[in-house]
Amino acid sequence: MDIMMIQMITEPGLTHFLVVSAILFGLGLMAILTKRNVIMVLMGVELILNSANINLVAFSRFTELSLDGHMISLFVIIMAAAEAAVALAIVLNIYNRFNSINLDDISLMKG
Amino acid sequence: MELTTILFYLFSLITISSAAIMVFSKNIVHSAFALMFTLVGVAALYVLLYADFLAATQLLVYVGGILILFLFGLMLTSQGRDMDFKSITVNLLPASLLSSAAAILLIYAFGTAEWTIISPIEHSDTVHGLGMMLMSDYVLPFIIAGVLLLIAIIGAIVMATRLSSRLKKESN
Repeated sequence: MDIMMIQMITEPGLTHFLVVSAILFGLGLMAILTKRNVIMVLMGVELILNSANINLVAFSRFTELSLDGHMISLFVIIMAAAEAAVALAIVLNIYNRFNSINLDDISLMKG
Repeated sequence: MELTTILFYLFSLITISSAAIMVFSKNIVHSAFALMFTLVGVAALYVLLYADFLAATQLLVYVGGILILFLFGLMLTSQGRDMDFKSITVNLLPASLLSSAAAILLIYAFGTAEWTIISPIEHSDTVHGLGMMLMSDYVLPFIIAGVLLLIAIIGAIVMATRLSSRLKKESN
């Protein structure tokens, strides 16, 4: 029993990777909620996308979702690249218009 | 202990601690560099999961592309020389409560769920399989992703050039 436990702790299995990705998700959520700089919020989004990717790749290794998981996370990376390009262009426009990238200053559409 | 185990713990420690530095650092440039170490650590975790092509893609796209884009964004939006890249932090207590609750809930769910784990299939490399899948089962998402990237690039260029032409008009 003890040997089983030790082996479970030492050998990295599916749950280990899932726990790492859960912690990364928590940190990304923290960055999104607490930071007021648009670029920091975007970094938090990237962190969350990475944690989702770790989940997909771990499932594709340890369960029956074999290479399909790799494919899904490849498309997630493509999406992240497109999102970052467009978001940075939007941020530059916002900076040019409001002269600030603090999220609390950009509240024109609040009504 | 096996080498794989040591490497897993080392890289997950690097990933999580640099993500924490990224979140809690006051300086945005430090945050960006900590994000770089996080992304490299995630790529190493991909290697440990036998996803060699994804690890290479992660390094090329995230570290080589997106991170540089973030640094450019920081550089272009820094207000003059006197702004020393401080990031304002608000709602520290409720946000930390909420995010730690989310993380603990996820860990609890992952720990108690019983996945049907099969013995891992040993791929020598994943590039051949991924290429075959991209040209057969995933050919439609592949094309759509290509179109999406094209639209995103065109949109980014249009936004940026409209910006510079407006600036020129204002200066005249």
